[in-house]
Amino acid sequence: MPVGDCLNNFSACLVRGGASPDIANFISILLGVVLVATVPLVTVIFLIWVERKFAARVQDRLGPNRVGPFGLLQTIADALKMLSKEDITPIGADRFIYNLAPIISFAAVILMWAVVPFTAQHIGADLSIGILYFIAVASIGTVKIMVAGWSSNNKYALLGAFRTIALLLSYEVPLVLALLVPVLIAGTMSMQGIVRGQLGMWYFFMAPVAAIIFFVANLAETGRSPFDLLEAESEIIAGYNIEYSGFKWGIFMASEFLHAFTAALLAAVIFLGGWSGPLAEQIPILGFFYLGLKTAIFYLLSLLIRSTVPRVRVDQVMAFNWKFLVPLSIVNVLVTAFLLKVIQTLGLAPAPDRATDVVANLPQTAVLLVGNLVVIAFALWLTRRGVRAERLAEMEHEEEAVHEMAHSHAAAGD
Amino acid sequence: MVELNIQTFVFFLFSLFTLGGGLGVATTRNLMHAALWLILSLFGVAGLFVLLSAPFLAAIQVLVYIGAIAILIIFAVMLTRSLTSLRTLFNRPAMSAIAAILLFLFLAVGVILPVWGQNGTQGNLPVSDTVGSTADLGVALVDRNQYVLPFEVASLLLTAAMIGAIVIARDDED
Repeated sequence: MPVGDCLNNFSACLVRGGASPDIANFISILLGVVLVATVPLVTVIFLIWVERKFAARVQDRLGPNRVGPFGLLQTIADALKMLSKEDITPIGADRFIYNLAPIISFAAVILMWAVVPFTAQHIGADLSIGILYFIAVASIGTVKIMVAGWSSNNKYALLGAFRTIALLLSYEVPLVLALLVPVLIAGTMSMQGIVRGQLGMWYFFMAPVAAIIFFVANLAETGRSPFDLLEAESEIIAGYNIEYSGFKWGIFMASEFLHAFTAALLAAVIFLGGWSGPLAEQIPILGFFYLGLKTAIFYLLSLLIRSTVPRVRVDQVMAFNWKFLVPLSIVNVLVTAFLLKVIQTLGLAPAPDRATDVVANLPQTAVLLVGNLVVIAFALWLTRRGVRAERLAEMEHEEEAVHEMAHSHAAAGD
Repeated sequence: MVELNIQTFVFFLFSLFTLGGGLGVATTRNLMHAALWLILSLFGVAGLFVLLSAPFLAAIQVLVYIGAIAILIIFAVMLTRSLTSLRTLFNRPAMSAIAAILLFLFLAVGVILPVWGQNGTQGNLPVSDTVGSTADLGVALVDRNQYVLPFEVASLLLTAAMIGAIVIARDDED
């Protein structure tokens, strides 16, 4: 079908229409770039509505429902309101970098969409280092916080920025270590390669520990609850973006929502199989639809956690990261590498011509799954032992205190 | 001489980022701005890595230099006092300029030209066609005949540095 062909392979279509191959290539790449840059912008408008409705329903209220059918146009109304506000720059703030921070914030998130494989044939740029690119771009996001915190000329903004940077830099470590596991299993860092490696069995079943660690580290990286302390409204009054008002604040908020969605999108691509599904390769639009469904699973899960779980303190957050997540992710990588070697020696890996068959992947999946469950059981046992020791020590202290009070009462009574 | 295609344009753009960023670092009076110019310069170097068919190194450059080292430089800058209006302690621009030019000439004539110049030891090597991939880099780091020893020694050094930092920064409790 000519239309289908044109949708899937635009430059070939242009060449057939008579354009020179160079210009056809250039136009098709330009179109790809424009699409990859504008689809997130349009998505974020819908996302904010989803977020508000979901949080509202969890809290037993209705959410926006006046502006447009079901409140769908509420985000546009908010954007118009923010556009019409006065553009304030605080006295003593560094004008240039004060205005630069929201731009870096949004750019860092949209850059992540360049490596997401939407269908089998449509991807922004199929880099051979796709996952590493994602991590590198995520680490650019920390620059914006420093710049925003400093240029506001406000010590609370600076304190908030310090806390935020400490949190983000710490949680990058388990994020990277958890991403090593799908790379080990797939043998490639390219996103399209990882999705193709999952045509037989999703990596979520082969590496659940890595998926959970990736999910939790992303919750911390994007500043969602329970790691909400980046902008804890009741405590540090919006942290590093206190001094931002109007549309600049709107850009910060939009980039945060988009970052959360992008993290869910990448989790779906890396662990749930991306665009793979029945008939996804023949009808590309179906692959897009599957990807949307899988992203929705992770995204709605993160929304649910945000609306229900209380905030953690900054020292609890750091202890959780360095004493639990980092050792767990290191052990996970070691166990997975060892088991992969065992699988290779025993010959349990599926033969290359049967790599997309679910049944052929089962032995490998079973071995890796057992390994992961052993790691989870060990981690839970260690945690239980530690918590129990703490609780017993507390109970002993209480008993001692009660004893002392009884003694002093007896001594005073005599 | 130099063909004008998109690669040349991109090379000039990234060279402009690198050199312009470096110039900005050296000439600005505001330490915070200097740190930001440094980030621009490092980003230019990452672009040059991509042009040299080393995408892995480009990503690592962004991740490590911009995402970690530059952030910590900004931290250190922020914890210094009075950095928006530094007093100049040694202000003799003419002498400094002459010393810098002499150093540049010395380096060019004594080090760069004899090795990479027209008659140098590596001057007339043809540009090789083999492009190593990331997998080759990975193998080179753990291959017995290549770079496994520097790799292991470097990781030992990093571990020692990390432990040392924790020991220095710890509270003095028992």
